[in-house]
Amino acid sequence: MNHEPTVQMPGQWSTFAPNVDFIFYFIYWMSVILFVGIIGAALYFVWKYQRKPGVKAEPTGHNLPLEVGWTVAPVFFLALLFHWGFRGYVDLTVAPANAMEIRVRARKWSWDFEYPNGAHETNNLHVPVNRPVRLVLSSDDVIHSFYVPAFRAKRDAVPGMYSMMWFQATHEGTTNFFCAEYCGAAETAARGEHGEEVFSGHFSMIGHVVVENDATFAAHLEAINGPPTINGVVATPAQWGAQLYRSSQCYTCHSVDGAPGTGPTWQHMAGHPVTLTDGTTVDVDANYIRESILNPQAKIVRGFQPVMPTYRGSLNDRQIDALIAYMQSLQ
Amino acid sequence: MSTHGEEDLLNTNYLKAGTGVKSWLLTLDHKRIGVMYLVSIIMAFFLGGVFALLLRLELLAPGRTIMTAAQYNRAFTLHGAIMVFLFIIPSIPAALGNFIIPVMLGAKDVAFPKLNLLSFYIYVIGTIFALFSIISGAVDTGWTFYTPYSTSTNSSVVSMTMAAFILGFSSILTGLNFMVTVHKLRAPGLHWRRLPLFIWGMYATSIIQVLATPVLAITLFLLAMARVFGLGIFDASLGGDPVLFQHFFWFYSHPAVYIMIVPGMAVVSELIATFSRRAIFGYFAIAMSSLGLALVGFLVWAHHMFTAGISEFAAMLFSALTFLVAIPSGVKVFNWTATLYKGSIWLTTPMLYAIAFLIQFTIGGLTGLFLGTLATDIHLHDTYFVVAHFHYVMMGSTVMAFLGGLLYWWPKIAGKMYDETIAKVSFALVFIGFNATFLVQFIMGSRGMPRRYYDYLPEFRPYHAFSTVGSWILGLGFIVYAYVLIKSLRSGPKAPPNPWGSAGFEWASESPPVLANFREVPTITRGPYDYHLTTDEELFDGFPEDAPKKA
Repeated sequence: MNHEPTVQMPGQWSTFAPNVDFIFYFIYWMSVILFVGIIGAALYFVWKYQRKPGVKAEPTGHNLPLEVGWTVAPVFFLALLFHWGFRGYVDLTVAPANAMEIRVRARKWSWDFEYPNGAHETNNLHVPVNRPVRLVLSSDDVIHSFYVPAFRAKRDAVPGMYSMMWFQATHEGTTNFFCAEYCGAAETAARGEHGEEVFSGHFSMIGHVVVENDATFAAHLEAINGPPTINGVVATPAQWGAQLYRSSQCYTCHSVDGAPGTGPTWQHMAGHPVTLTDGTTVDVDANYIRESILNPQAKIVRGFQPVMPTYRGSLNDRQIDALIAYMQSLQ
Repeated sequence: MSTHGEEDLLNTNYLKAGTGVKSWLLTLDHKRIGVMYLVSIIMAFFLGGVFALLLRLELLAPGRTIMTAAQYNRAFTLHGAIMVFLFIIPSIPAALGNFIIPVMLGAKDVAFPKLNLLSFYIYVIGTIFALFSIISGAVDTGWTFYTPYSTSTNSSVVSMTMAAFILGFSSILTGLNFMVTVHKLRAPGLHWRRLPLFIWGMYATSIIQVLATPVLAITLFLLAMARVFGLGIFDASLGGDPVLFQHFFWFYSHPAVYIMIVPGMAVVSELIATFSRRAIFGYFAIAMSSLGLALVGFLVWAHHMFTAGISEFAAMLFSALTFLVAIPSGVKVFNWTATLYKGSIWLTTPMLYAIAFLIQFTIGGLTGLFLGTLATDIHLHDTYFVVAHFHYVMMGSTVMAFLGGLLYWWPKIAGKMYDETIAKVSFALVFIGFNATFLVQFIMGSRGMPRRYYDYLPEFRPYHAFSTVGSWILGLGFIVYAYVLIKSLRSGPKAPPNPWGSAGFEWASESPPVLANFREVPTITRGPYDYHLTTDEELFDGFPEDAPKKA
């Protein structure tokens, strides 16, 4: 198994990658041979039988064996390809019974991963090496598709149904996953960490798959449930909130420096009154922030569209507290 | 007197039979309607091409280059929708087919001339809807209009779906007209075994157009209902199924792939026969494989949906059926190659396009094997590999056949010859540019670059940059091609009736043909590729019975 990418293929990081690549290269070399044979013959004929004065084309005859031959011979190749392809597909589709289950929720434009212990993570998927992992996918809005090139695995996340995919990673390290089904983009750019233009959309629904050993994986699941450690010190709630602001991608809509965005800026927001779309005024206190995270459509600030997805289920209570603390620190 | 005048008119060069804008806009002459289609689709191709160049320019470097993400999404949607609905579907059938089919059949016109004009105006109305959609905010759904994205986006979806809906009727009426024409208006002696392969291809295409397009109309109608009235057929929260839309859509759009490619194959069969001066090897097999593709094309739609959550059983069935497509496609490629053997090959620009077709269609076809094979399709689906594959088939094949066919029949259409040297320069640019643009996309795709991405990881940058430079060469090639046509119109030498020395029936008419195509109804005594039954004089002067009397 080759973990490094080759010219045509990403590195082989899953149990099915070698088989998929074998079929890929079989078709590739078969195609190269056929292409060179057919086009080589055609170009040779074009050169050899150029129009010359006094030389006429030979009338076309019939050659039944030849015609039947090139109609029937491909059937055997095609049957072989179909057979290998279907067998490989069954491997890709049917997960072993002992697979660890990770729940994947897609929405415009981020991925939420829920681990068996209830911990959540956005746009980062950690999986243990050499263990079968089964992903149960769903979508909150439009169709997305979870694609890990190094695993040779892909499956659509469709609203209104669960779809399944599985893999067994064979190599420790970090690789990329992508959204493969087109799902739009934000009309305007948001401000990034350093004030730069950040567009989000289909192309930004990407992230890392981190394949690690059992102990590191277990430690990671514990860590993401509570506050992170910064320079060996457990983070304050506001620091943790600042980190969640980034990892949960709040910044794609909400700036923290007063810059305009899809949602209201968080600068000078907490503790101040805001006017809602119905004309009433509310104070941005802890309860309002909590409600806006869990039930974003309830009270929309005037001048903004009701487009925020709910974070119910993807942020736990302690994480919401941390975000509230962070917002309150932005005075 | 009046009958005599009418006869004179019928025997006038079609370009001179009637002058003024009205004589064009209200014409019932299939040749003039063909020319009007030609002008329209060339404009559509230009517009779609501009979007393509903008897309490639945006992708030259990662991050924002010239447009925002939302603009990019509109640009690729419009590129796809314009190229598919406004250009490639009507390209060969409605423009070249309209002009050539009746001439090839020795008929005065298509079976229903008024219906023909109607289908042109339906095309125009559809185009107006599409332009309205572009002006009023454009669409960002991709040309596939997948639900629920297309029912939830606030871009101008309804007007664009209505455009495709209306354009579909134009396609249906054209197909119907051609089918009846082929059945009813063949000249005496032109029985089915003597039918030119272009006619066979157009006939197969017409069958698909008539049978498949109504399904698109129904699908887009349901989509518009879902947007306007909240009909829940594709909405999971109302008990509908978003994947159902994909089934409906591909039930049309996969056969539509054959509406696009079979005419290309039909043109190439003519080009190879004429410029090899030899009957097409396996005439019957080529004719039947067009019908075979038309039939099998209806049975493979779900191979676009292997990752969409269809059942394993369905995936197995559609993979197996998909492989069947390879057989008629392969038969055609083998037969064209065998036709070259011991031919008398004249490398004109149309023949160069036919060879480019052969090369690029072989690549497009063989890369289809990776996508029909389930295990590899899962990895390659929705990546640039698919983008490269269908551009090799649509652009590398059908567009090449269109470019070659247009130059081939240009002496008939315009009555003038074009500059062969400059045409060869444009061919070289188009061929190099096309392959530079799309060959790297196979590698990008199999390396894992998903399609419809505004931004990309730095590792894909060299491929994208190479592809973009290729698109500039390609664009330049098209500019030179346009120059060839304009130069020919302005100062091209007058074309003889049969400049290529073809045995094809259409070359027995004058260049350009008279309004009635032939002065007398021609009687066909041999097949269109029976070079061994022709004399040298015939090949260069048209059939003796139709040739103008020599002094």
